[in-house]
Amino acid sequence: MRRVLLSSIIIIIGITFLSRLSYLQIFSFSPDQLLEDPSIKRIYSYPERGYIYDRNGHLLVGNDPAYDVMVIPREVKPLDTLEFCQMLGIDKEKFIEKLTKARVYSPRLPSVLIPQLSKEDYAKLQEKMRKYKGFYIQKRSLRYYDTPSAANVLGYISEVNEGDLAKNKYYIQGELRGRTGVERYYEELLRGRKGVQYIQKDRFNRDIGPYKNGSLDTLPEQGKQITITLDKTLQEYGERLMVGKRGGIVALEPKTGEILSMISGPTYDPSLLVGRQRSKNYTELYNDTIANPTWDRSIHAQQPPGSPFKTLNALIALQEGVLDESTTIRCYNGFYVGKKKRGCHCGGGLRNLNSGIYQSCNAYFAGTFRKIFEKFDTTDEAMDVWEKHMKSFGLGDYLGYDLPFGQKGRIPNKEYYDKWYGDNRWSSSFIISNSIGQGEVLATPVQLANMTAAIANRGHYFTPHILKKIEGKDITNPKFTEPKHTTIDKKYFEPVVQGMADVYRKGTAKWLQIPGIEIAGKTGTAENFTKIDGVRTQLTDHSVFVAFAPVDDPKIAIAVYIENGYFGSRYAGHIASLMIEKYLKGEVTRKDLEKRMLEKTLEHEYAKPYSGEEFKINERVW
Amino acid sequence: MFGKVLRRIDWLTILIYLALVFIGWINIYSSTFIEEQTSLFDLSTRSGKQLFFIIVSLVAIVVILALEANFYERFASIFYLFSMVSLLGLFLFGKTIAGATSWYDLGFFNLQPSELAKVATALALAKYLSDIQTDLRRRKDQLYAILIILIPALLIIPQPDPGSALVFFSLIFVIFREGLPLYYLGIGFSLILIFIVTLMFGTIWLVIGLFLLIILFFFLKRKSFKVPIIPLVISSIAIILFSLSVNFVFNNIFEQRHRDRFSLWLRLEKDPEKLEQIRKTIGYNTYQSEKAIESGGFFGKGFLEGTRTKGDFVPEQDTDYIFTTIGEEWGFIGTATVIILFSILFLRLIYLAERQKNDFSRMYGYGVISILLIHYFINIGMVIGILPTIGIPLPFFSYGGSGLLFFTLLLFIFLKLDTNRLKENF
Repeated sequence: MRRVLLSSIIIIIGITFLSRLSYLQIFSFSPDQLLEDPSIKRIYSYPERGYIYDRNGHLLVGNDPAYDVMVIPREVKPLDTLEFCQMLGIDKEKFIEKLTKARVYSPRLPSVLIPQLSKEDYAKLQEKMRKYKGFYIQKRSLRYYDTPSAANVLGYISEVNEGDLAKNKYYIQGELRGRTGVERYYEELLRGRKGVQYIQKDRFNRDIGPYKNGSLDTLPEQGKQITITLDKTLQEYGERLMVGKRGGIVALEPKTGEILSMISGPTYDPSLLVGRQRSKNYTELYNDTIANPTWDRSIHAQQPPGSPFKTLNALIALQEGVLDESTTIRCYNGFYVGKKKRGCHCGGGLRNLNSGIYQSCNAYFAGTFRKIFEKFDTTDEAMDVWEKHMKSFGLGDYLGYDLPFGQKGRIPNKEYYDKWYGDNRWSSSFIISNSIGQGEVLATPVQLANMTAAIANRGHYFTPHILKKIEGKDITNPKFTEPKHTTIDKKYFEPVVQGMADVYRKGTAKWLQIPGIEIAGKTGTAENFTKIDGVRTQLTDHSVFVAFAPVDDPKIAIAVYIENGYFGSRYAGHIASLMIEKYLKGEVTRKDLEKRMLEKTLEHEYAKPYSGEEFKINERVW
Repeated sequence: MFGKVLRRIDWLTILIYLALVFIGWINIYSSTFIEEQTSLFDLSTRSGKQLFFIIVSLVAIVVILALEANFYERFASIFYLFSMVSLLGLFLFGKTIAGATSWYDLGFFNLQPSELAKVATALALAKYLSDIQTDLRRRKDQLYAILIILIPALLIIPQPDPGSALVFFSLIFVIFREGLPLYYLGIGFSLILIFIVTLMFGTIWLVIGLFLLIILFFFLKRKSFKVPIIPLVISSIAIILFSLSVNFVFNNIFEQRHRDRFSLWLRLEKDPEKLEQIRKTIGYNTYQSEKAIESGGFFGKGFLEGTRTKGDFVPEQDTDYIFTTIGEEWGFIGTATVIILFSILFLRLIYLAERQKNDFSRMYGYGVISILLIHYFINIGMVIGILPTIGIPLPFFSYGGSGLLFFTLLLFIFLKLDTNRLKENF
């Protein structure tokens, strides 16, 4: 027994050691060794972030050098603090406070003393820097915006946060990444790849040479120059028109789905979110919860589409064969739902498809809607068909553009109404408001623009997108280059397009004609409500306008949505016409329209619900 | 005559010995590697010095094997006396390195007499136990045997070098193998157990546990069994007193660094943040060595590629912490190889010891095994973080001339004795 004891002890020790070692080396081992290893220092070299150009090659976003004053506290020698502070433009207390903070962080490692000096300060300081031991200037690169517009599309960059670090191993603390818009969506193209150099350190944090003789080191990969589909001139012009108004404008090139401009009002100058004032400005913008300048209305604001929606109902009716161009419906200055009368602005009388559209007759489209539903035995069946057609125009779901998702909008379906009214307890008359773009349907400006592009193309659209070229090469992503077909046959579009052209020729937008350009459009005036102290209160109607031009060879399709702008032909119609003219002609001849739009604001409308007083809506004068 | 030795000598042990020395040297080379190094035999570098001592050891082996086998038995007492004197001499002429007066400065290298004492004590103990007049059933002889071990240990403790002193206690195994009653070992283990239980749970829980054990004992005992009431009461009181004294010693006699080592080892600190703090400060060595070993993974980073080794993150990496280099650069494959080599060596030595006809040879063999085993156990246990930090080297691996030389002596004297295994007396 005594003989065996020692052998068993040896074996037990051996097994204990092996299990502990396998725990350490096999189970605890993580493949990210190189990142955790305190003996390996990584020095990164950052490539310049890619420039962003507009569709015509104008620079939108570039880079600007910025200069940080750095300090290594241990190397600081006694200095003329007063003179130094004067040059830096800070007072002595602040200087000492910052220096102490840097020393607490690490006496050996560099810290930022003053971030982002202006070029002038840098020039002054540069020569004298040698005098101040322990301080040096480090060059950085900041985003530079060559336009005061398109903040919502371009987005901004900011320091990575905990979430980014956890999700993406590429980033390390203190790096920048695109936060919204193009900067975010095309982050990987724009940023390039940082280069890394591994340095072997000893336990005193001293460099003792390259790790593995530099065999793992990489060179930085340049960020790509990208061209986006925006038209800088149009975008800037649109934003000028939007001053004092809230809403969204989206202009597309129907042939390609390229986003020519995407405007959200109110907006901000993208330069505000760069440089020393960044956090102050950001807080100000972010805290403005009433005007919401950081909220991109062009993709996020879901509103009732109003009358432009009538064109789709007309198309569905034609496709389903429930009426043709000559079918007439009488308007009694309104129409009856049961015994209740709903109003109409068209003037009354006998309406056909063409006049129904250009006079925007509510009664005609209520009738059309009924006809669609009467075709089918059950409301459920009719609803399914209607929903299928509507969704084929890109409504009621995410469009899939290369920007933040935005909102889905809403095309109600039978499940939606079953939930509201109960199964089989509703019929077309319950949901008749959908015929005129009120009721339950919701759409974002970009969806309206896309819908208009589909009409302009007579039956298909290209998913709206913002990226045009990478390093001068056209994009090939089939998601954006292949057409999506609607469920409406091409032949049914022509009468509707003619109706829309007549809107300009003799209809609701005849005052908005542009000499030399034939435009097809549709006005919309959308009722809307808000809650004031818990009471549902109606506000002035939203002004909506969709249009494309030229009618026979569409180069631009546009949707303008102005909150509380009243008639579609007022704010939205004006802006749409001006934008079209600006884009197609390069300059505006209708100076009267332009002047009115540049001068008029809707701030008084937006102030009403907050005034705490009784107020009138839909005022005649403007 | 030398031919006979070569025919009879145990080549397996020699092979393992050479393998361990070679692996050890490779890792010392890597641990102390600097790019500018030119020649392997550069005596200003540690690997160069170690290579020199490997050659010295090989020469020593030839000398050991050339000497008569009975030389070691005959002169065992003299060796022992000489080494005790040399330990005493340290108090007068010793050279202090890193706070411990454990060395004689011989000019070209420093001699550590405690290494010599290990060999001498193993020889002396074997000689005493194998004496025909020694009878381990007698208390007096037990006492003498233990004294042989205790004297060098007591001389070494004040250097201070508690690690080396601890090594001598491993020789108890030899006495035990030769017939020391089992309960000595039982008492020893009980004391360690009480020590740990007291630190981890406190005296109160120890008393409660003891009480429950006694109740269980009464519950399960056979009716006919007569309970030895008085010894039971006495041992219970002794246990409680010991437990209380543990508390006292731990809190009043131990220094803070000792307390920290134990609180780290037994995870006495319950607050995980504070524990992590202790791990990184007090337990810095162990923390770094564990991390370095862990970072090696299964296959290791490769020879000379250990980043933490290069960065000198693990202190004493060429001496006591040499095992971390193996762990980092050769991975689990390397560490497992070393563990398996050592285990085979020990089992082989037990086999060799048991086949000796001569009592002295067998007992000395057990002495060799005990000494090597405790070094191996404590050193690797400490490096991989399952034992508290006790600074003793890993035999055949750690940098150190006298260490390598005397471990070689220790082992090859036994191998020489083994070549004479067929003779009952020389």
